[in-house]
Amino acid sequence: MSMRQDDGKTPSLQLRRGLTAGAAAALIAIYLSSVGLIAMMNARPVIANALTLAQMTLLTIVFLAGALSQRPSPQDRTPAFWTAPLAGAVAGLLVAGFAGVILSVNLRPVFIALVPPLARLLTFGQSGVDGTAILVAGSALVASAGAFYQRLPDKVRRLLFPAALSVLLCGMFQEFIQVILQSNALFRWLAPWFYGWDGLTATGALIVFAVALAAAALPLVYRKPAGAGDVSSWRRFVPALFILLLLLLVPIAGGPYIAQVFLLIGLYVLMGMGLNLELGLAGLLDLGFVAFFATGAYITAILTADSPLALAHYTAIPSLSFWLAMPIAVLGAVLMGILFGIPVLGVKGDYLAVATLGLGEIVRIVVQSDAAAPLLGGAQGILQIPKPQVGGFQFGSAVSLFYLTLAAALFAAYCAWRLERSRLGRAWIALREDEDVAQAMGINLVQSKLLAYAFGAAFAGLAGSIFAVMVNSVFPSSFQLLMSINVLALIVVGGLGSLSGVVLGALVLIGLPEALREFGEFRYLFYGLALILTMRLMPEGLLPASRRRRRLVSPIAVGGSTPVARP
Amino acid sequence: MILEIENMSLAYGNIEAVRGVSIKIVDGGIVALVGANGAGKSSTLNAISGLLPISAGTIRIDGQSTKELKPHQITRRGIVQVPEGRRIFGRLSVEENLLMGAFSRNDHQAIAEDRDRMFELFPRLKERRRQVAGTLSGGEQQMVATARGLMARPRVLLMDEPSMGLAPLVVEQVFDTIQAINAAGTTVLLVEQNALMALEIADHAYVMEHGEIVLEGPGPELAGDERVISIYLG
Repeated sequence: MSMRQDDGKTPSLQLRRGLTAGAAAALIAIYLSSVGLIAMMNARPVIANALTLAQMTLLTIVFLAGALSQRPSPQDRTPAFWTAPLAGAVAGLLVAGFAGVILSVNLRPVFIALVPPLARLLTFGQSGVDGTAILVAGSALVASAGAFYQRLPDKVRRLLFPAALSVLLCGMFQEFIQVILQSNALFRWLAPWFYGWDGLTATGALIVFAVALAAAALPLVYRKPAGAGDVSSWRRFVPALFILLLLLLVPIAGGPYIAQVFLLIGLYVLMGMGLNLELGLAGLLDLGFVAFFATGAYITAILTADSPLALAHYTAIPSLSFWLAMPIAVLGAVLMGILFGIPVLGVKGDYLAVATLGLGEIVRIVVQSDAAAPLLGGAQGILQIPKPQVGGFQFGSAVSLFYLTLAAALFAAYCAWRLERSRLGRAWIALREDEDVAQAMGINLVQSKLLAYAFGAAFAGLAGSIFAVMVNSVFPSSFQLLMSINVLALIVVGGLGSLSGVVLGALVLIGLPEALREFGEFRYLFYGLALILTMRLMPEGLLPASRRRRRLVSPIAVGGSTPVARP
Repeated sequence: MILEIENMSLAYGNIEAVRGVSIKIVDGGIVALVGANGAGKSSTLNAISGLLPISAGTIRIDGQSTKELKPHQITRRGIVQVPEGRRIFGRLSVEENLLMGAFSRNDHQAIAEDRDRMFELFPRLKERRRQVAGTLSGGEQQMVATARGLMARPRVLLMDEPSMGLAPLVVEQVFDTIQAINAAGTTVLLVEQNALMALEIADHAYVMEHGEIVLEGPGPELAGDERVISIYLG
């Protein structure tokens, strides 16, 4: 890399840039320490006996400060390299100073997290004048590495980033991965290569890094020559297939807790695919989506439960099996979808969000009300919903219910995939783009919109039906607004209109909080952070739909380490 | 008579935008509806398409009132609008836009043939068939909008201000295209602010002012009429 010409006219600007980046990095580190997150992260090793998550976070912050100090800005197109070590040194000095304050002043009455061990953690065990010098130098070095990374060609960064991320994930989730590796003879011989008793070994980390690097390089090697025909369709399914394989294997290997988490993810995937039809294709924002889920659950409950509230108890309708009740529940949800759609037919945009929010809440409040209590049990809910059975086999365990959900989700995915390519799917897309013109093209507005709600509701009804047998009971409190918002968030993060995006979105937004359970309340901080970062860095979602990937504005390169969505 | 508008009025709230307008469209010609900005031309067109409710009078397609018809049903009767300001599906490709125009048709073979015919009529669109339509130039977008309308195999193509916001040279092309479309057998109802050019090519024309028809007659004749000139220049 050739040294860039320093114009000489902007040294003060460069100086300020380095100081700001360093101070910002230090502030973030100090903030995370003060709230107690750093101490908590220290309990989780990334590489055993070498690197904890806390250390990794601190290093990443400095690394990013270095990288960000190198980003060209309108006033300054060619930032000088020296701003990066300056930023690193400033960050190191400030953090060392902060550690000194912790050691000399008792701040614990206010900040209970600021204890001496934290200070040692922040300074990586260094102390005194020499220690501070080492810390400052090391920090400058890390920031320089960040700057160097930022100056690498895009192609190389696209290889390094996933490789580093893979090491982080393999290290952070080592318990989880170890359980899977140990539980299966096929994998058991693999484990010692990667993991020791207390986490990912250094050799393991290297192997993971190399393998991920190779995997990331594969598409580059096998890239089709430019201009060779259209985009191959099978390649779009590769991520979906990979995720499917993961979904198939992990729950058996991981045991009941993991199966339970995946079952929940599966239910959200079902709902996500439903909302994706409404919002992703037809452009109908729906914040009352949980109402359809609740409808499916309650219909399943009153048709199958062994309870005084079941229809079988006070009418001539016999108690049905789950397999008969499920289609009825789906139909009921469809009906609810249509009823739901009629009043909001003419409502658009922000108003639609508020109107559907209201409708969703109405459903929950009606179910909770005393008026409906004789039928639906009010706040006490409906209990004793039996598990589904086939012959002698009962879907009693989370693992078996997960496979039931997976089968349902696969079927639903197939339906969604077909719908997207159908006449109706095209009508939805046209409606989303321009309602008036769509009608002028001969599209029946009322019918298409109601069908969007109906199909969306069907998916949610199916999820609700399985949810009812999963928890054996239904309560109005299970069907909060938050659920609608979660579903919305996961399809936006995954990429609106993209099927594999729904799966990945659910995996990240539903799975991540579970995986981070030991961080207590902080896990929602990560949830929020993940949301903000995705929207900031990949506004089209993690796996954008091919239609959306063609964007009108040229992508602006953001951040140092982001694989910008390919055009 | 394909399309007959009799004594039609329409209002936005208390404001009457169109008063007692009557327009007759017989098979085969170009009918122009000209007038200044705000004269009620686009409202008339949207009423024909069923996108705006009328407050009085009748609109008849083949002698049948459209009062009970929804917009998509009017389209299926062969009255197809190319909306003002192009309004193409900006995130879809050129080809997808064209196919969207054939939404109410089921004859896949003929749709493919029509698409190829559109690419003959507009060779630029063939070059850009896979391009996202929103990235095209104004003139090209007008081509997409027109071709999309033609894909429905309309009997009457309602064109709302096709020359709006286009460079003079491109406007010439647009008018040439309209004549070519008409020569191929599609009746055209052309709404234009660019009155003189529209009148030149119109078999019959109506001049609108403040929501009313103030003049009608053969196009070229009106183009020389001093009252038209006074409306536009005086």
